[in-house]
Amino acid sequence: MNNRYYGKLIFELSKPGRVGYSLPYNHCDTHHLAEIPEQLKRKQAAKLPEVDELTVVRHYTNMSNNNFGVDTGFYPLGSCTMKYNPKINEEICNLPEFTSLHPLQPDCTIQGALEVYYNVQKSLAEIAGLSEFTLNPFAGAHGELTGLMTMRTYHMKRGDLKRTKVIVPDSAHGTNPASAAVCGLEVVEVKSTPEGTIDVDDLKPLLDDTIAGIMMTNPNTLGIFEKEIPEIAKLVHACGGLLYYDGANLNPLLGKCRPGDMGFDIMHINLHKTFSTPHGGGGPGSGPIGVRAGLEEYLPNPRVRKTNEGKFMVDFDKNSLGSISGFLGNFAVVLRAYAYILTLGKENVKMVGPLATLNANYVKESLKSHYLLPIEGICKHEFVFDGLIDKSTDVTTLDVAKRLLDYGFHAPTIYFPMLFHQALMIEPTENESKETLDEFIAIMKKIAEEAISDPDNVKSAPHNTPVRRLDDTLAAKHPIVTYAEMLNDTPSDEA
Amino acid sequence: MSYKYFPHTEDDMRDMLKTCGVKSLDDLYAEIPDDIQFKREYDLPSSMSEAEVRKFFKDLGEKNKSLTCFTGAGCYDHYTPAVINYILQRSEFLTSYTPYQAEISQGTLQYIFEFQSMMAELTGMEVSNASMYDGPTATAEAMMMSVAHARKRNKVLASSTLNPNILRVLETYAKFHGVELEKIAEKDGVTDKADFETKVTNGDVAGVIVASPNYYGALEDYTGWADSCHAKKTLFIMNCNASTLGSIKTPGEWDADVAVGDAQSLGIPMCFGGPYVGYMCTRKSLIRKMPGRVVGATADADGQRAFVLTLQAREQHIRREKATSNICSNQSLMALFVTIYLSVMGKKGLQEVNELSYSGAHYLADELCATGKFSMAHNQPFLNEFAVKTTVDITLLQKKFIEAGIFGGLKITEDTLLFCVTEMRSKEEIDQLVNIVKQL
Repeated sequence: MNNRYYGKLIFELSKPGRVGYSLPYNHCDTHHLAEIPEQLKRKQAAKLPEVDELTVVRHYTNMSNNNFGVDTGFYPLGSCTMKYNPKINEEICNLPEFTSLHPLQPDCTIQGALEVYYNVQKSLAEIAGLSEFTLNPFAGAHGELTGLMTMRTYHMKRGDLKRTKVIVPDSAHGTNPASAAVCGLEVVEVKSTPEGTIDVDDLKPLLDDTIAGIMMTNPNTLGIFEKEIPEIAKLVHACGGLLYYDGANLNPLLGKCRPGDMGFDIMHINLHKTFSTPHGGGGPGSGPIGVRAGLEEYLPNPRVRKTNEGKFMVDFDKNSLGSISGFLGNFAVVLRAYAYILTLGKENVKMVGPLATLNANYVKESLKSHYLLPIEGICKHEFVFDGLIDKSTDVTTLDVAKRLLDYGFHAPTIYFPMLFHQALMIEPTENESKETLDEFIAIMKKIAEEAISDPDNVKSAPHNTPVRRLDDTLAAKHPIVTYAEMLNDTPSDEA
Repeated sequence: MSYKYFPHTEDDMRDMLKTCGVKSLDDLYAEIPDDIQFKREYDLPSSMSEAEVRKFFKDLGEKNKSLTCFTGAGCYDHYTPAVINYILQRSEFLTSYTPYQAEISQGTLQYIFEFQSMMAELTGMEVSNASMYDGPTATAEAMMMSVAHARKRNKVLASSTLNPNILRVLETYAKFHGVELEKIAEKDGVTDKADFETKVTNGDVAGVIVASPNYYGALEDYTGWADSCHAKKTLFIMNCNASTLGSIKTPGEWDADVAVGDAQSLGIPMCFGGPYVGYMCTRKSLIRKMPGRVVGATADADGQRAFVLTLQAREQHIRREKATSNICSNQSLMALFVTIYLSVMGKKGLQEVNELSYSGAHYLADELCATGKFSMAHNQPFLNEFAVKTTVDITLLQKKFIEAGIFGGLKITEDTLLFCVTEMRSKEEIDQLVNIVKQL
């Protein structure tokens, strides 16, 4: 733990002549780099740091102490499912029997790795209620894009070329419309009812033979279960469209409900949310996609299959939508997820949803006396407050979030979904104890009281963090994105 | 019910359910229509103890065969300094998310700033983003960026000498994004300049994508290519193996507009295909067209230098369907990997890696050709990877290699193998491979 902010850059620790590596002696020295034709050589060496090993270790260790992770404290970041990242998973994914494998090795030398891959595909299919999965997509957004490509391939292979639009709820994650645009689909927005669910009456007139499908998450981004889903599925299927399930909110459904049974045709799962793999400061994640029977052949190449003799093989399917990754996705993330599934087993996987839902409802009910709950009723894994109940002060959701940092909590997701002006989206996950939740509830109430008794202190928070509130406008107007720009103070692009 | 990842005691549950105004956990799901509720057991294995999990994966791991690697083709067996994984396992880095709350995320923001600085240095470009998924998808993002930049053009040219792994991903993204992807022909293992000039001269091309080193390991000469592109307002995009950039002419020196590729070669374990990390660097003037997250320097309320996610107005959570890309996060932890690698290897280490790889690869090429069973497929300069034609039965040869524990070259045509030698391969290992060839 740092007593104060550690703000040096590795470049500032560099001294010419220092090294931090050791390499073997060159025993094959009949040829040298100097032989490369002059016009193909780098002229000036890259200005990389010159530092010894201990300096590197101390630098990054001190830097890590400016950071907050799930292992540091409660991280109720809505829609991100910041659950505990089990340590056995780290041990497993670092086994040299897996990390030393080249992805193009012959099948007979990678049977263990392919078995992992195949079994995870099967486990996810069982949990999702779908037919088959691919683990190739690198992240949730990449899964969405791959899922939409699967949807378009299905329509194209049937010669149904008019279907160029996809319906997205106004409360959806921003990646939904962005993925649709990358996939060459036009986005049509469907409105939410005052209760926060899809307005079926608004949906009906949108459904015609230009609709490729609909993207939904259920529970939705407000944590509300869309109970009209059987009706929505019937309507979308009747017009010839497919239903895409954004698996970002799958966690509360474990043990209780499966996307396939709800009528969804294609989905992605965020292994870094529901299946406990670490978020790593924003990646690497993994966004496997699954499809219902009849769509398997369109999944991206390469595929992993099991032969009739019980051997595993890498295969390319001629009807596939194509390739969306260099190899077979983020394998180390898949290994972690498999260790998680086996550790929990069928007895505990089914408890994940109910306990996550219990924790969310407990926090919601305990705090609705101080924070404005726009939509009453039982939520699933998360819920949204529209800021403080007492609107007489000018303390905003941003201020509440920053003050939480002073008390040693990560802030909830703020200003999303955009249906509310002061959204505070809270997702506690199943791993948090009643004591942790009670502590969080007490601090949230305290901040609500401080907003009245000492609003200036809340508005100027945080006070106890490594750095204070940052100037976002300066960074955007005067972008300095490399050390070289910092040295010369020449911004990337004056706005 | 006691389980190590669930802290709920019976008393806790009773109290909490009461606060929620329900009697049982099932009541929390009362609104879900009965016919879509899941009521049976999952068809999954039963819970394993930690020792059982360890044994299970050890047994699975033993079904694999670790091989002495003489193959690259988009994934390279380089030395990984011990300090990297040690630091990557620090949970303050590992268990955090995207640095939305900058005041408690300076660790992540600082290393991404360092990563951007180092990648810009390495590629000779002005700016970099916070990383991409992998090399092929980063190249596809560059293709879409060129189309967005050109506004009214949707044609992109890609060299036939790009790795087929990259070309396949480009073809997929192009098909769905409405990009007309056209190949530039190949001639003696490099991109055909005459074909390029003919195709770019029409003025309807948004971007041109080439590689160096290319799929065959050849270092291509792009003298004059950027000028031809710029004369037609076409973006010149280069895909490069990050490690080789320590020694070979950089995209910046070739006057490229965008540099993309995979940084796996910067010491990241091969790990059966991932996670790796893609990079994208560009000119200052194109920074607002660039996809992905970007970290910038700023100051806090006390005037202290600090770092923050910036230029977010390009991104999906603000711009939704009008965003520069659908990318939400990056490969942050792998960007940290690369940052520590480049810190440890520094200015000299990367050049030494390339020197050792160059010597080893040329020694192997000479020795293979000296057997009389192999000849160079092309007459081009190369660094650590090269294609050779052979008269021997490749299937039989590969079988012998595997028996000896060697992943010896990738078959890329009926009579051509692609070999790679990095600083990891000793002279003894190379001699062992050549002996197998001799004995065949």
